[in-house]
Amino acid sequence: MTGWSSGQIWLIIAVLGALTFIIRFSFLGLIGDRQLPDWLLRHLRYTPVAILPALVTPAILWPEATGGQISAPHLLAAAVALGVGYWRSNAALAAGAGMAVFLILRSVF
Amino acid sequence: MATQTPRAAFWRGLRDCAPFVLVAGPFGALFGVVGTEAGLNLTEVMGFSIVVIAGASQFAALQLMLDQAPTIIVLMSAVAVNLRMAMYSASLAAHLGPAPLWQRALVAYMNVDQTYAVSVLEYEANPALTLPEKMAYFFGTCVPIVPVWCIATYVGALVGEAVPSEWGLEFMVPIAFLSMVAPALRTMAHVAAAIAAVVLAIAFAGLPFNLGLMPAGIGAMIVGAEVERRMGKSFPPPPGSRK
Repeated sequence: MTGWSSGQIWLIIAVLGALTFIIRFSFLGLIGDRQLPDWLLRHLRYTPVAILPALVTPAILWPEATGGQISAPHLLAAAVALGVGYWRSNAALAAGAGMAVFLILRSVF
Repeated sequence: MATQTPRAAFWRGLRDCAPFVLVAGPFGALFGVVGTEAGLNLTEVMGFSIVVIAGASQFAALQLMLDQAPTIIVLMSAVAVNLRMAMYSASLAAHLGPAPLWQRALVAYMNVDQTYAVSVLEYEANPALTLPEKMAYFFGTCVPIVPVWCIATYVGALVGEAVPSEWGLEFMVPIAFLSMVAPALRTMAHVAAAIAAVVLAIAFAGLPFNLGLMPAGIGAMIVGAEVERRMGKSFPPPPGSRK
């Protein structure tokens, strides 16, 4: 992978794995059967829908493949994935549809 | 529920979680394809799926590595995606807390969205289950998920090595994320959080090293939580939280 040495990649795998395990083990292993405060649960519930869109927005609006220019295939494919995922509640179908649209449009544009 | 043994509970857990093969299989394969397209070798791709076993955070790490973000940003963001699992851990602890430490450690390793959700629903539906039955049930739910995730990654990685990089398949990463998020947009609060995330990500886009991601994500979490609070009981309590 461009810009990453094998050592850096394995460092990321190891640290990410360890920290993820600690999160999963936290209450089960160390803290025991104790209820989390409501306000904290309320925030944790939104981590995926908060972080993932923030992460993908720049990659969709300004894709690296076009040198950061707004690109119709990227935007339309993203819209299709979002729409199919929302209406059909099926992530695998949404990913397939989005990627199919992307590959088709890219061969056209 | 009829009399049970741990063995019966194990098989029931396996059966109840079996439909989620349709999630773990395609997404594991997708990670394999995208990981190799992004330039990871087979061992590194497998390292991610075996050591981390958390799809969304694996894709997050991959995207940020493609963006050439600093290591610390890659790690913080990918870990942040997994913070919700502290909630899973707390709710499983209520049921599995008295089990031996090594069993709880094994549960923690395989505590992913699907195994957690299926198990906690079962524990709440059948409060009479004994601790060994609950444990056996949990390990049953892991069978269609964890090995399938790893094997699918491997198959995907082999496919990825055969696909030419000109296809632009690395765009599968954002597409995969959107596909995971879209079905979760079920309440006003979830939609508000997602919209806030997009708006804040655009506002912070000028910051170097993807530094805008954390404030955007945290801001969006606050928006989601606040909308939920104002709307009162619009959202059912998460499985496992005591009312």
